[in-house]
Amino acid sequence: MPLTPVLTKRFGTKAPWQIENYLRLDGYAGLEKALTMPPDDIIAMVKESNLRGRGGAGFPTGMKWQFIPQNDGKPHYVVVNADEGEPGTCRDLPIMMNDPHSMIEGIIIACYAVRANHAFVYIRGEAVHAIRRVTQAVNEAYARGYLGDDVRGSGIRFDITVHGGAGAYICGEETALLDSLEGKRGQPRLKPPFPATNGVYDAPTVVNNVGTLCSVPYIVLGGAAWYKDLGPEGSPGTSIYSLSGRVKNPGQYEAPMGTTLRELLEMAGGMSRGKELKFWTPGGASCPLLTREHLDLPLDFDAVAKAGSMNGTSAVMIFDEDDSVVQAVLKWTQFYEHESCGKCTPCREGNYWTAQILERIWTGHGTLADIDTLLDVSDNILGRSFCALGDGATSCITSSIKYFRDEYLALIETATDRSTVSPALTGVSA
Amino acid sequence: MTSSNSRLSLIDIERPGNPDVFAAEVRAAALEIITRYPAGQSRSALLPMLHLVQSEQGYVSADGIAFCADVLDLTKAQVAAVATFYTMYKRKPTGEYLVSVCTNTLCGLLGGDDIYRALSATLGVGMNQTAGNPDEAGSITLEHAECLAACDYAPVVTVNYEFFDNQTTESALGLVKDLQGGKRPQPNRGAPLCSFKEISRQIAGFVDDRPESRLAVATGQPTEVGVKLAQQKGENAPGYPVSHNAGSSADQPAAGSDQADAAAVAAHNTGARDGSSAHDAPLSTSASDPAAAASTEPAAHPDTVGGAKTDTGPDQGELFGKGD
Repeated sequence: MPLTPVLTKRFGTKAPWQIENYLRLDGYAGLEKALTMPPDDIIAMVKESNLRGRGGAGFPTGMKWQFIPQNDGKPHYVVVNADEGEPGTCRDLPIMMNDPHSMIEGIIIACYAVRANHAFVYIRGEAVHAIRRVTQAVNEAYARGYLGDDVRGSGIRFDITVHGGAGAYICGEETALLDSLEGKRGQPRLKPPFPATNGVYDAPTVVNNVGTLCSVPYIVLGGAAWYKDLGPEGSPGTSIYSLSGRVKNPGQYEAPMGTTLRELLEMAGGMSRGKELKFWTPGGASCPLLTREHLDLPLDFDAVAKAGSMNGTSAVMIFDEDDSVVQAVLKWTQFYEHESCGKCTPCREGNYWTAQILERIWTGHGTLADIDTLLDVSDNILGRSFCALGDGATSCITSSIKYFRDEYLALIETATDRSTVSPALTGVSA
Repeated sequence: MTSSNSRLSLIDIERPGNPDVFAAEVRAAALEIITRYPAGQSRSALLPMLHLVQSEQGYVSADGIAFCADVLDLTKAQVAAVATFYTMYKRKPTGEYLVSVCTNTLCGLLGGDDIYRALSATLGVGMNQTAGNPDEAGSITLEHAECLAACDYAPVVTVNYEFFDNQTTESALGLVKDLQGGKRPQPNRGAPLCSFKEISRQIAGFVDDRPESRLAVATGQPTEVGVKLAQQKGENAPGYPVSHNAGSSADQPAAGSDQADAAAVAAHNTGARDGSSAHDAPLSTSASDPAAAASTEPAAHPDTVGGAKTDTGPDQGELFGKGD
């Protein structure tokens, strides 16, 4: 597969976040074109392109937009999920810091399509450089008439509010994000009703990821067929593969959906310390781990699902044979324990216990029964949690036991006291 | 895993909090936050407003809770419920600098755990504790953070949430030594450092709009590595179909030092595999363009969009045996 920069094509050019540079590099051309089209045609075009959400779940974007009831007399809203926090995921921040106007352009097109006049960009609070840059870009867009009254002569008013979060992974879950945006604890809502009918302020709401909305101007400019042809059947478009870990040149590689890890590793100069690949995630910590045997797996929504994992956020974390899978899983589990919102019992209590069991194994005090207990507790979290955080928390546990049971056994059987190297650096404060 | 009763200390019956300790200017800022949201939805202002009170006192105090409740017509219990849910609202006065070390799996295994332990030992403090008096210059509050969405720059440390990338134990120790000594090193990606209180005000939406902030660097090698490799190999996304190409800058030759960038994007739009229009473009230099923030662009990545492509041809991708 070749590299195909589309969303990343402005990275490295001169201050692409400034509107005059963005305009020079084809900026807002998609919006200009969109405003000449009937809104329903834009929804149809995005649907035809089969753009699938880049936030992890891969839901068809056009369908999401189509679910917004029209002529219902209620205000509609577009909410951007920019609460990037899935471990391994580092794609939306670079986009917002470098090319914020492409997101703003996508937001305005989305607003126009679903007949919304107000959008909110919910950026995680720690991402201060992104908050600053998007805020400055929004101000520039107002000054140039891309936001505010009568945008580009359309007679329509569009507003964007930048909203900084306050440190909570759960707010990446769309309904928790909406509660947080309303000034509440960020805890997920029962679905249905879905945000499309009862979103923020109980009004019809589209919630889209940054990468999803950034794709929209290019679809409008290139057409649905062009976009579709960028990727394989069922997973159209490009994917920004975010490579991190034991790889020589980590970073953002934009290539067609369906690129394999073998190809990505070749692009990234191979493994970083001359060791063999051991385990990796295809799309963030919440996706089941994969191994060396999956090097030639096409990384698209359907193929990865067939292999028992998830394409997720296309955040590829790479670990080698010197990395302990048990230690990695322990640290991820401590993350989920810390970030569980506490609303539902399986996730709140389950992650509390799995973290302790994993710590016991890692520090040399595990028993053979611990592996079965881990699987049993995971089984009681998966499918019984209120939202996907709980389900995702079990992925690394069950997949690591599936592929690396021997490593768990070795730690238990040798049972060397390792408490002095306890990695318990995540979790509650002292 | 240690627990702490300090988590529960926000509501104190003995000291219920006084909303009037904040100046009129703070109340005006709070009211301005409310105007960002639709009429009747003032509660949406609560998260930014908590950052605002934190920017005044360095943490969310009982006074801050009372202030938000007063402005938004909520109960203090409603506000405290929110304030205690989110990690970024601090319950004790924070130092001039909040130093956050990512110890999630990836950064942790690549050195983040070692960095945290070294900083903790050197500063003599643990999680959420402050070395020095929080009111004094050079005071540092230490924390280990969850994934900071910079895994391609692992291991990362942030100071008041600005990125210091690819840290080592030595570089991180040097960083805190500088901070304690009154220096403010420039973040790799981000605006010049300010105090924790000042950054809290920015998170509340009152962002730093000075030129050095507007032009602050946002990339490093990992962000650009894919794009640069594509240029070297002469690879690109297929161009837009001609009928869809209206309004493209491909038809509008760009002028002067901007030509290289424009040509690169135009090459994408037209599907030009060799970026031939960029071959003749003069290399843009940030030095010749005052708008290009010469002082903030690292030398490692000047605008080489046109130049990097010079030696590549349309068939370069074939050398890698992958075709397209």
